[in-house]
Amino acid sequence: MSGVREVVGVVLMLGGALFSLLAGVGMLRFADTVSRLHAASKAQTLGLLLVLVGAAVHEGGPSAPPLLLIGVFMLVTAPVMGHVVARIAYRTDAVARERLTVDQLGDRLSRQDAAEPPPR
Amino acid sequence: MTVMVSIALALLCGAALLVTVRLVRGPAALDRIVALDTLVTLIISGTVVGTVIRSDGISGHVLVVLALLGFIGTIAAARLVERREDMR
Repeated sequence: MSGVREVVGVVLMLGGALFSLLAGVGMLRFADTVSRLHAASKAQTLGLLLVLVGAAVHEGGPSAPPLLLIGVFMLVTAPVMGHVVARIAYRTDAVARERLTVDQLGDRLSRQDAAEPPPR
Repeated sequence: MTVMVSIALALLCGAALLVTVRLVRGPAALDRIVALDTLVTLIISGTVVGTVIRSDGISGHVLVVLALLGFIGTIAAARLVERREDMR
């Protein structure tokens, strides 16, 4: 029985490492900060999750709950991090605006800036 | 079996190398912040895989703290960059 558990754990960890590698490639290849966030938040979190689940399956027993707790934390915090950094990237002009097809934040910001000056 | 897990660790090291290149080259400060956050996540995965290879107990609690601190640090650094014009 433990043979199957080990194999499944190792395969999950390999998949997670592969996704982390893809996240690294994505971080390098994408054009501007906001598109790099795709790799940094999505692929990296998935890679970490697969590694954690793989390690939890492989180890089993007492050391599994903290690992899954890390996975839950990452699932909660990654979107928040992506949101905050993307908004700040937009406000600090790190976004190539001509590449955007839909620019909802721009309209909101211009309305907001018209209402009151930005916190400079 | 440990060979397969070592391959996973090697892949993670490759990913860390790629992210370090982005850390060095990143034009904007925010790219470096995002790269550092990715590095923190890679450190967590690497520690977990490394501990599985050596098959001694995984101290998951330390890694939970590291995950949270990585997140809080990223948010704080991003807010700092937004506040300070000269650190763009």
